[in-house]
Amino acid sequence: MSQPIVHAEGLSKSFRVADKQPGLAGTMRHLLRRSYREVEAVRDLRFAIQPGEIVGFLGPNGAGKTTTLKMLSGLIHPSAGRVEVAGCLPQRRQERFLQQITLVMGNRQQLIWDLPPLDSLRVNAAVYGIDPTEAKRRIHELAEMLELGEELQRPVRKLSLGQRMKAELLAALLHQPSVLFLDEPTLGLDVNAQARVRDFLADYNRRTGATVLLTSHYMGDITALCERVLLIHQGRLFHDGSLDALTSRLAPCREVRLELRQVHPREAFEGFGTIEVHQGHQVRLVIPREQLTQQVGLLLSRFEVVDLEVSDPPIEELIGGLFRQQG
Amino acid sequence: MAHRNGLKPVERALRIAAALLSSQYAYMLEYRAEIALWALSGVLPLIMLAVWQGSAGAAAAGLNPQGLGRYFLAAFVVRQFSVVWLIHVFEEDALQGKLSPQLLQPLQPLWRYLAAHVAEQATRVPFVALMLAAVLVLKPGLLWLPSAGQLLLGIVAIQAAFVLRFLLQTLVAMLCFWSERAAALDRLLLIPYLFLSGLVAPLESFPPAVRRLAECTPFPAMVSFPAKLLAGESVDVAGGFLNLALWCAVLFPLSRLLWQAGVRRYSAMGA
Repeated sequence: MSQPIVHAEGLSKSFRVADKQPGLAGTMRHLLRRSYREVEAVRDLRFAIQPGEIVGFLGPNGAGKTTTLKMLSGLIHPSAGRVEVAGCLPQRRQERFLQQITLVMGNRQQLIWDLPPLDSLRVNAAVYGIDPTEAKRRIHELAEMLELGEELQRPVRKLSLGQRMKAELLAALLHQPSVLFLDEPTLGLDVNAQARVRDFLADYNRRTGATVLLTSHYMGDITALCERVLLIHQGRLFHDGSLDALTSRLAPCREVRLELRQVHPREAFEGFGTIEVHQGHQVRLVIPREQLTQQVGLLLSRFEVVDLEVSDPPIEELIGGLFRQQG
Repeated sequence: MAHRNGLKPVERALRIAAALLSSQYAYMLEYRAEIALWALSGVLPLIMLAVWQGSAGAAAAGLNPQGLGRYFLAAFVVRQFSVVWLIHVFEEDALQGKLSPQLLQPLQPLWRYLAAHVAEQATRVPFVALMLAAVLVLKPGLLWLPSAGQLLLGIVAIQAAFVLRFLLQTLVAMLCFWSERAAALDRLLLIPYLFLSGLVAPLESFPPAVRRLAECTPFPAMVSFPAKLLAGESVDVAGGFLNLALWCAVLFPLSRLLWQAGVRRYSAMGA
């Protein structure tokens, strides 16, 4: 196995935040004697990412995803632990490092608002020391992949959200970074635009072998792009592995949907598992994984089954359930 | 040493400068109406010209009315082309996290702000020219044509004054990393700038003690020196430029230190 391109070891970040009670009394107390408390945003994260991997970074709001991405890209300094990206310490923000990475935040923009994206791209090309002819070639190639055309000549403020995000991606990738940190790149986009951004990222990864660490609230992004996910909750790493492994871990049961030729009483299905739905010809059961084969065999032998579907509960529901359980 | 992409450092710096200046000029042109209003709001020296010409103060201070008029007209030009508004944009960028994408590019973010100021100056040129023409139509006696040398030295002095103001405001802007309202401090600096720079009154009209005090600050180098140079008054050219260079030499390393400490803090707080 090659050297990891992203390596975090005991990575932690805590912030000191002012603690102020509401109301006039709280304001006066805060004015005279300020009190602070430490908030641990990220605790003891350990993971390694190999070159070319696309890794999904999951977690609820406030779990520490953006803080981690900012530490990996060198925007904020870790409170403890060590992080190395592309052979550099990110917080030093050396040119060699900055030339190799990019961070795209769905809620932030780098394009100049009142000018066409091409103006910002020209600046980026100069800043990254890209020859104008080469910059033109790269813009053309990326624009084609992103299905951007005359939009690059329209002021950014006149672009739709989807077009703007695609132009942001183009600007972020012009210097051909080998590590992409993407924080909610499909935020606020409609379903079609989300799909186009996903396709582009998969294509970019295939063509360039770039490593991608992606956060998204849209599970569609994660399932379409990432074979591996890191699940972070309350600043700690909860899972590092495949989505399937995460599903198995979070869902010890599977869902079995049956469409029957005849209607049977509810009692006929007791003992197979938990009955979720019993409605005429339709029955939905939840069966523990270890009993699945045996119980499905019994169901098929006992009832005349028109259609049968075995599935995992949606991953969003599983993760949501986990977060609700753990507060 | 050649850059990763094969460019020499000077070639790369020139390309960055050209790209930044042209994009910022295009950006400023989008806001030309606003810039015209800003230019109009910088008429304080012209108001002071009217005030001083109508009073006996000029003669009392030993100033010749025509020279005084030219001084204020030159001060108007100096003021127009040395305006610095860094603190206001920087405060917004730092507080709203807009600085973050800039920190991830291999270019010190202050260069972008500097380019924006230079582009804004270029956008002001036609408006200032129109305003000067209007004043000279009303007061043709104030018209003078500086020699090529005076003009060149005047332009260099104005740009040096601009750099000095930019560096001074950089120091204040860096306080945004520690305080959410650093722009308030800039308003506090406005008072000594107005009075000690020679914008409200020529330094010659000040009592000797106040004048000595003013000369210990960087403010006269920001208006009085370039304005006198442009107006063709007798002035110690070498001394004036040396003074500008010394102040820049003091403020530049200070602003660098504050920038480094500030970015460390920005990074510690959450960027």
